[in-house]
Amino acid sequence: MKRSEWKAWLYLLPALLFLAVFMLYPLVDVLIYSFEESYNSASQSYTGIGFYNYSYILRDPYFLQALKNTLILVFVTVPVSTALALLLSVALSSIKPLRRLFQTVYFLPYVTNTLAVGMVFMILFQKTPYTNGLVNLIIGLFGMSPVDFIDGPYAAKMLVLCIYTVWVVMPFKVLVLTGALASVREDYYSAARIDGTSRFRIFRKITLPMISPMLFYLVITGFIGAFKAYSDAVAIFGTDLNAAEMNTIVGYIYDRLYGDGGGYPSYASAAAIVLFLIVLTITAINLLIRRRKLQGGDAQ
Amino acid sequence: MNVTLQNLTKRFPARGKKGEDVVAVNAANIEIKDGELLGLLGPSGCGKSTVLNLICGLLAPSEGQILFGEDDVTELPPERRGIGLVFQNYALYPHLTVLQNILFPLENLKGEAKLTKEEMRERATRIAALVQIDGLMDRRPSELSGGQQQRVAIARALVKMPRVLLLDEPLSNLDARLRLQTREEIRRIQQETGITTIFVTHDQEEAMSISDRIVVMKSGVIQQIGQPQAIYDDPCNLFVAKFLGTPPINVFRGEVRENCLYIGEAAVLHLKDTPDRAVYVGIRPEGFVPDEAGALVCRQKGVEIMGRDVSVVATHEALEAPALRAIVSSDQKLSRKAEAVAFSLKPHKVFLFDRESEERVPFAVKEG
Repeated sequence: MKRSEWKAWLYLLPALLFLAVFMLYPLVDVLIYSFEESYNSASQSYTGIGFYNYSYILRDPYFLQALKNTLILVFVTVPVSTALALLLSVALSSIKPLRRLFQTVYFLPYVTNTLAVGMVFMILFQKTPYTNGLVNLIIGLFGMSPVDFIDGPYAAKMLVLCIYTVWVVMPFKVLVLTGALASVREDYYSAARIDGTSRFRIFRKITLPMISPMLFYLVITGFIGAFKAYSDAVAIFGTDLNAAEMNTIVGYIYDRLYGDGGGYPSYASAAAIVLFLIVLTITAINLLIRRRKLQGGDAQ
Repeated sequence: MNVTLQNLTKRFPARGKKGEDVVAVNAANIEIKDGELLGLLGPSGCGKSTVLNLICGLLAPSEGQILFGEDDVTELPPERRGIGLVFQNYALYPHLTVLQNILFPLENLKGEAKLTKEEMRERATRIAALVQIDGLMDRRPSELSGGQQQRVAIARALVKMPRVLLLDEPLSNLDARLRLQTREEIRRIQQETGITTIFVTHDQEEAMSISDRIVVMKSGVIQQIGQPQAIYDDPCNLFVAKFLGTPPINVFRGEVRENCLYIGEAAVLHLKDTPDRAVYVGIRPEGFVPDEAGALVCRQKGVEIMGRDVSVVATHEALEAPALRAIVSSDQKLSRKAEAVAFSLKPHKVFLFDRESEERVPFAVKEG
């Protein structure tokens, strides 16, 4: 090994050490637990090795409910929030007056506490003996009967969770996209204008390809973030998510560890590995699509 | 297509509450003939790019008219003026191939002008052959050299057959060797297409070498318009004289006294009927003739041999710059070690400018 290389590893050592202890070791450990039946962390004992934990959780209605919720959340909120963020960013970039004010307003949810935002949503949507909530008031104006969004039908609850998630993840996306839009050189637009390109075509053929690396980044991190959703559901529906049919995979893992159905680290580990595999697959697919789109050239 | 700029003025609003508007272009009148290659020349910030942006419609003038032939295009948006613009950094779409870049303007055509796929391809191929990039059609801009990108940009500007071609600093992003090649290339393409072309540059050599006529600008005001040689031989003021020519003109403080031109105490030229006044004396490097009997005696700093000719570097206390540079034929025998060198002057390479206004002062030399 060359001297300089040896030195480089030495400099990397503290970070590597921490990563190994706090990231790599637990990851491997979780993988091992997921194959150990009835592992008990207190006595460090287990009864057998195999796929039982997986077959158990895949038949557990709570897990299946959590999986379904998570998938709906992922495939609804990521496209919707990305599209909305794109729309907002384009609008923000094309106005001059009050742009900074609007940017600040759109960024506020990002710096606001999840639970505080959850309370606001409760006020908006919850039905109490005294009021039906603000949203129901508006629905009432259109002559429809009020819906209980917090304790009512599944679809209503899911809708609230999706709206909430979109609202929470939007600011970061708007921030990234306005930055990406600002970095597209003015020359490209001037060139397109001189050639008589319609606004829509400019957007589709120039703006979109130029900011596509950022869009891909947002979609991938959006997917990963949505798969890891948990606190959002708690903020609106409280900690007993299974009763509310609003649990997520991460919520299920937590429950299996510490919740009412807790004390089963093996099940929790198996669920965590399943989640990991799903996220890995989705990310791989995303990267493949991206590579195909950018085949033969960079989009810088 | 004749292009006429009438009294064209562009003011940018001042920053802040106080302060005056910035006049980027002040009452410019230029008439560009059909098929002409016109160079807009000036130092940075002189308003030449603003003129270009006004012609192409990316900026709206504060006053004045722009005519293409008989059409007043002052109010027309850029896409309806029929212009092709080549940007300084080319502005090629990085995610599209060369072919797609060239096709881009054609795909925008609507209504009657709309072309079929085959027609578009045919036009793109023809233009690519003209600028000699036909072998690169499937590459992306990032895979091309600067010169090739430049050609693609020209092809993209020409493909919709514009009435006027505009080039913004077309050579500034190229290295010196490529610059020479490309400027000849631009000239060739311009002559083959016969398209009226206006290009902007801060490099006088570039402008002189390929333009039919050049426009010299300074602080938004046109200083002089004319053929490159004519402007070089007959600059209208000190700025123009200094701006054109490499090596640059040598400027002395001088004086006209009793029909005699003095530099320092040396009477260098005898004049006819010229009123007394303080002047700047501009002498082109080729205007010096080493002559032991010459009136202008300078302290010699060095002699640089360049083969065909010799460049003499010298100083003089009346000189505006730290040193002067005279280009003389290598036939002249000059001692490299000499302390002083004496010159006589070629009168037609000497220009006088008023010390106050820096405007040209005409003079005639007394014969004999």
